[in-house]
Amino acid sequence: MFKKNSPESCVITFSAVYHALKAEKHFKGLGFKVKLIPVPRQISSNCGIALEFNFRDRERLAAVIQGARLAIENIYPLFKIL
Amino acid sequence: MLTGKNKITYFDNAASSWPKPEVVYQAMDDFMRNIGGNPGRSGHRVSIAAARIIFEARESLAGLFGLADSSRIIFTANATEALNLAIKGALKKGGQVITSGFEHNSVMRPLRFLEQESKVQITSIGPSQDEMVDLRLLEKAITAQTKLIVSVHGSNVTGDIAPIEKISAIAKKHKIPFLVDASQTAGCMPIDLSRLEIDMLAFTGHKALLGPQGTGGLYIKEGIELAALKQGGTGSSSESERQPDFLPDKYESGTPNTVGIAGLGAGVKYILKTGIQEVWKKKKHLRAYLLKSLGSIDRIKIYGNLQPEGLAVVSFNLGDLSPSEIARQLSEKFAIMTRPGLHCSPLAHRTINTFPKGTLRASLSNFNTSQEIDHFIKCLKKIARNPA
Repeated sequence: MFKKNSPESCVITFSAVYHALKAEKHFKGLGFKVKLIPVPRQISSNCGIALEFNFRDRERLAAVIQGARLAIENIYPLFKIL
Repeated sequence: MLTGKNKITYFDNAASSWPKPEVVYQAMDDFMRNIGGNPGRSGHRVSIAAARIIFEARESLAGLFGLADSSRIIFTANATEALNLAIKGALKKGGQVITSGFEHNSVMRPLRFLEQESKVQITSIGPSQDEMVDLRLLEKAITAQTKLIVSVHGSNVTGDIAPIEKISAIAKKHKIPFLVDASQTAGCMPIDLSRLEIDMLAFTGHKALLGPQGTGGLYIKEGIELAALKQGGTGSSSESERQPDFLPDKYESGTPNTVGIAGLGAGVKYILKTGIQEVWKKKKHLRAYLLKSLGSIDRIKIYGNLQPEGLAVVSFNLGDLSPSEIARQLSEKFAIMTRPGLHCSPLAHRTINTFPKGTLRASLSNFNTSQEIDHFIKCLKKIARNPA
């Protein structure tokens, strides 16, 4: 039986590769642990790469996005299927 | 420089700079050998690594030009493509264009093409007593139909520097877009786009930016909208058959020259590490030494304003000798590479009254030395004494 637990990570999607790399550089510069990954199959995006980060950073990260004029598409929580 | 029997003196850096810093060769080799993927198209780590190379090069260029937003820098195949994009975009509906009297054919030929299609009228402004562009005549030439002002930043013929800051003030006053051709200056002279009122700036990768041939770009100020020269795949908005309208994707269709951009990015990083002020200082030192040394030759005529604020690019004629004959002897007898003729700039040669004969041009990079200049002068004197 499959069961969804709480989200482990989140991904940010972007309209273009440029914005994904810009966001990666910005967050890394601020000390966040982020990783560029192929867009997970359950999500649709205009761009093939997304930025994954730890779920517990989501509020601090959202605040940064607002302040930094980073062009993002969406933020999704990612659930690990057990 | 090469040593032993292959040693050459390369004084043709205004055409293409050579050699490049070691890091440029390494970056290109590393991309070809170890990365090689298509930037950002696929999402796997090799594709991301390729995209990161292009992103880092864009960020480095933005740093060099004092820009906060690197997405305003578009990569092109060369300065010619950047200038075509800027000129054809800005003059889509026709009108008058004002240029300096020193434009390269990469500006003049797209303009003459548009002129032939009866789209534009061209006015070129010569130099004044002490400036490469007569600012009073420039302002007087402006009409209600003026849609663009174009000026080369540093002349590829004389090495003189155009007063782009003063031109930009006139352009701004009359609300006319201003395009700068920085092919000779980007990478060797400080250009601060956060301070200068420049709407578009075209640059090439293979000259003072120390990258390989096949690279270049255009800075497009926020608010300037151009028609893209081409449409195609960008790796973004793939569900749509319409071209994206955001930068840089709007103007960058098709798989880019990633290996070239890897080299260009390494070249720019090398310049940033050295410091652009240091690079410029050395360039001016080489110019001063070259001008002083050439001045010691009998029957030499050096062209341009000979000001200390200029590039290490100098044009001259030696008595009645033909520039191409001197260049041939320099190359064949002494392994010194220079460029004779019109340097793809018939307009500039008309302006300095050297058309159609042209001049001999020596153009130095910061890898050249005063010893090489001494050797060059000695060989020129030999040729002048015994021209046959």
